[in-house]
Amino acid sequence: MAKTQLPDAILVNNYIAGDENSLAVLVERHQSKIYGYIYSKVSDRDLTEDIFQETFFKVIHTLKSKKFYNEEGKFLSWVLRISNNLIVDKFRNDKKMYMKRDTEEFSIFSAITDNSPNIEKELIKKQVDIDLKNIIQRLPQDQKEVLMMRYYSDMSFKEIADITGVSVNTTLGRMRYAITNLRKVIEKNQIYLPS
Amino acid sequence: MAKLYSKRKLVPKEMLPKKETLRLILQYSRALNIVKVGNLSFDIIAN
Repeated sequence: MAKTQLPDAILVNNYIAGDENSLAVLVERHQSKIYGYIYSKVSDRDLTEDIFQETFFKVIHTLKSKKFYNEEGKFLSWVLRISNNLIVDKFRNDKKMYMKRDTEEFSIFSAITDNSPNIEKELIKKQVDIDLKNIIQRLPQDQKEVLMMRYYSDMSFKEIADITGVSVNTTLGRMRYAITNLRKVIEKNQIYLPS
Repeated sequence: MAKLYSKRKLVPKEMLPKKETLRLILQYSRALNIVKVGNLSFDIIAN
């Protein structure tokens, strides 16, 4: 069976046994999700590179020490938890916590709205981006977090539940409340968001 | 308002680490050797 088709658990065991190529497969398989998740939190490419690198240094050190790898757990969830802890440590050291939404490099809302070059549509899109950004900021932290991980990092509810340490049902509930609250704010403020 | 649910990936394809970062990670893995002596562990990085 080609290594690219082997499940994560087997690749990890092969890596612990000394097969370095298994690590390369794991990194390639999950790099996009891990990198995207980190970037969604820190919104800085250089910092994302550093945390991504540091995350895998910890993964490598833990596996090579044969300290811990729970066979029942998912490799990706485990790595994302490590990256999440590093992000928290970073912000704790900086004594600030922020989540930027739109930057010059990347705007999540550019993927939701129409990308037509029409100027009118572009102006409307910009206003929608601003309005949506302001609305999401008003959500409670746990609901905002689920929303961002779902749509920013393209994570499954199971993965979000593993990272946040709650059940899948709780995660689904938070998402439902997030959507409901968004609609309430939109109606209350009579914000027009054209489709 | 349009539905917020979208089947399209919202993360651009270019959201990947640099090749240098990946190379460094794999090099670190190849170079790292952890030796246990009694209750102590020593990290050895081969040049």
